[in-house]
Amino acid sequence: MEGTILKTFNFSANFGESQVLKNISIEINRNEVVAVMGPSGCGKTTFIRCINRMHELTQGATVNGDIRVDDNSIYTMNLIVLRRKIGMVFQHPNPFPTMSIYQNVVAGYLLNGIKLKKTERDEVVERSLKRVALWDEVKDDLHKKGTFLSGGQQQRLCIARSISMNPEILLLDEPTSALDPISTAKIEELIFELKKNYTIIIVTHNMQQAGRISDRTAFFYLGELLEFNDTTELFINPKHEKTQNYITGRFG
Amino acid sequence: MVTTIKYREFKNKLFKVIIILLTTVCTLPLLLVLYKIFREGISAINWDFFVNLPKPVGETGGGIVNALIGSVLLILVASVISIPLGVFTGIYLSEYRNTKLSYFTLLSVDVLTGVPSIVIGIIIYLWVVKTMGGFSAISGSIALSVMMLPSIIKSTEETLKLIPNTLKEASLSLGVPYYRTILKVILPAGITGILSGIILSIARVAGETAPLLFTAFGNPFINTNILKPISSLPAIIFNYAISPYEDWHKLAWGASFVLIIIVLFLNIITKIAQRKWKVQF
Amino acid sequence: MPITTDQQIKGINFSEFAFRKILFISAISIVILLFCFFLTLVASSLPSINTIGIKFIYGVTWDPVSDKFGGFPFLAGTLFTSLLALIIAIPFSLSVALFLGEYFRTGLISAIFKNIVELLAAIPSVIYGFWGLFVLVPLIRSLETKIGVAPYGVGILTSSIILSIMIVPYAVSLTVQVITLVPADLKEAAYSLGATRLEVIRNIILPYTRSGIFAGILLALGRALGETMAVTMLIGNSHIVPVSIFSPGNTMASVIANEFTEATGKIYLSALIEMGLFLFLVTTIINIIGRSVIKRFSIS
Ligand SMILES: Nc1ncnc2c1ncn2[C@@H]1O[C@H](COP(=O)(O)OP(=O)(O)OP(=O)(O)O)[C@@H](O)[C@H]1O
Ligand SMILES: [Mg+2]
Repeated sequence: MEGTILKTFNFSANFGESQVLKNISIEINRNEVVAVMGPSGCGKTTFIRCINRMHELTQGATVNGDIRVDDNSIYTMNLIVLRRKIGMVFQHPNPFPTMSIYQNVVAGYLLNGIKLKKTERDEVVERSLKRVALWDEVKDDLHKKGTFLSGGQQQRLCIARSISMNPEILLLDEPTSALDPISTAKIEELIFELKKNYTIIIVTHNMQQAGRISDRTAFFYLGELLEFNDTTELFINPKHEKTQNYITGRFG
Repeated sequence: MVTTIKYREFKNKLFKVIIILLTTVCTLPLLLVLYKIFREGISAINWDFFVNLPKPVGETGGGIVNALIGSVLLILVASVISIPLGVFTGIYLSEYRNTKLSYFTLLSVDVLTGVPSIVIGIIIYLWVVKTMGGFSAISGSIALSVMMLPSIIKSTEETLKLIPNTLKEASLSLGVPYYRTILKVILPAGITGILSGIILSIARVAGETAPLLFTAFGNPFINTNILKPISSLPAIIFNYAISPYEDWHKLAWGASFVLIIIVLFLNIITKIAQRKWKVQF
Repeated sequence: MPITTDQQIKGINFSEFAFRKILFISAISIVILLFCFFLTLVASSLPSINTIGIKFIYGVTWDPVSDKFGGFPFLAGTLFTSLLALIIAIPFSLSVALFLGEYFRTGLISAIFKNIVELLAAIPSVIYGFWGLFVLVPLIRSLETKIGVAPYGVGILTSSIILSIMIVPYAVSLTVQVITLVPADLKEAAYSLGATRLEVIRNIILPYTRSGIFAGILLALGRALGETMAVTMLIGNSHIVPVSIFSPGNTMASVIANEFTEATGKIYLSALIEMGLFLFLVTTIINIIGRSVIKRFSIS
């Protein structure tokens, strides 16, 4: 399936009085990896949190404009349906501390009260863990607590938890910023793998990472979308002076 | 100059000695009370003590079975009332931190903590005993549940506040409804703290006497009907302690021993639980 | 993707709505509960307020049989025992608070004493009363015999001593809380100028924590005013205005405890409830002031 999966229309977001996203209009295609870049505080996290309506959990947070997924406005869609369609992985790994590795992977099912047969559940766990390349490392410790794993393993577990629900879009907020190079490499490989089945929007500060894994890159600056282009094009031939400064490292 | 420094040093040392001395004195009452209760209490208890009813003055072999059953029943019913209400209120306070209602609820909880237990007894008498036309176990339980509420609410609120927000977001982002997120992710993550608060509140009301005086009242017989008056450990201690009879004093010492053991046990349990079963984030 | 039918979504939406309502109702019911406490006490005190009026406060005769309801002896007894208990408890509380909050903040000794203080608070009031009756009362009696006053044993002093034991842990936990909040750099600045620990305590810690300590003492006083069982067992229950620390007396809480179930007349019962209202109001005000001071202290 080709075509647009996510589209924002003149989208703005506020925390109380301060506007942190200004008139963002962007179209994202199915099965592409989009990197979201920009200096700290420019609204990257806010942007992806708006897509699954996490933003509104914050007190005083408001939005303007519209976001459409598969041509349905996220504001008329049922919140639960929306969030099952759009998975999210956070900057810091956050496995459920009371659950085992096994339970963490199928947490979406357990917590939603979706009944699965034991064999089905085992299958989901194995498949999801294999996809995030964690299966071999944890298959003998499935009943240990998820919080006992290393940071990198925890983050892959969190990704497994998201993809076990078969979302269509995966939002990743600097998923490797808290990890060592080896774990980072593993997660990058994984994203490359996942791209076949999912649309991925990934926030990153790391230029090389964006270059390695993304098809297109969106550059945000002070809440505005300055540039959105093929990643290589954007890096080699930035249209905007601010983008140029950022990718050449001339930002404070 | 030298003398002043020496003098200052001396005053400094002296002050420290005084602090240590006064602090040590403060521990004496605990030791003295425990010593007395253990000495008098252990000799007062035996098998009969736990299975017999109190006997009239002059007869030996009386027990406190009615008070034991009464205390258990009173606390059980009080818990059934106060735990859901307290935990839900605690959840509200940690979830809606800056609303007007949470401000007033917190204020009410603080005030409720300080309301003398005898006053709670009066109110429950007016509300329940007068309405029902007589003393009853249920009125005693209601009074105790009011006393349990503040500490359950506070411990729930304080525990849940410390749970990282990212956990809640992780669950919501999986499409888990809000109520399931709270009940299945947030509450289990804070279960140790909440349970500690509940157990401590039980330990506290297990010894509460004043609010029972004119609610549960007392009963020389075994009663399991919550609509009838019922005995309790603290009530039996009070009544026998102020009686003029040696035999009854003995029963009171035994009952005090049992009560102290229960209270100490519950306190130690929470200490261990807080250390051992702490959920790691 | 796990399929979610409209039917299921309707169910979820309803549960969601119900859950939020339950939270809201729980929270508001606590406020309503307290408010109803107040209303009930006021309404049930009205007969007494209307018939006895202001004499309730200064009248010295409490004789329900002849319809005399002067509450002054109990007011005096309550204030006398509570203030005396406070005077006894303050030096001890401050010492323990400095011990735990400054001298021994961590380690085994700190843990032991912390636990002892906590257990001190865990012992039920009725057991303190019982113990006081059989251990403290004989001691006080022999003291009274020695100095040649009427050897009641029970009375203001006995009650105050037990009360002070009961409020020390409470005052300590609040005071330690504020003492540990003193910024370390303030203390270090003083130490680097050559101050001794005592001087740091006197010139830095105490001035800095003054309002917090005041709040702790105030809240401890609130505790003492309403404490019932131990005092009831040790005060002597005589309806006189106490004139010395050795006289027996009575407090409002213990009069309620002793006479409430026997109060037959309408005015009699109402007069006892009026005392309850008084205790309720005083402890409420004390708690609101004390807590807000401590809250402000821990934020700044
Ligand atoms: N909860 C909040 N309340 C108020 N303002 C907020 C809140 N969270 C973020 N902001 C503000 O919104 C702006 C955008 O924040 P956001 O977290 O989206 O930035 P970011 O691009 O993700 O930055 P970083 O690269 O540091 O993660 C910032 O100026 C920030 O100060
Ligand atoms: Mg961010």
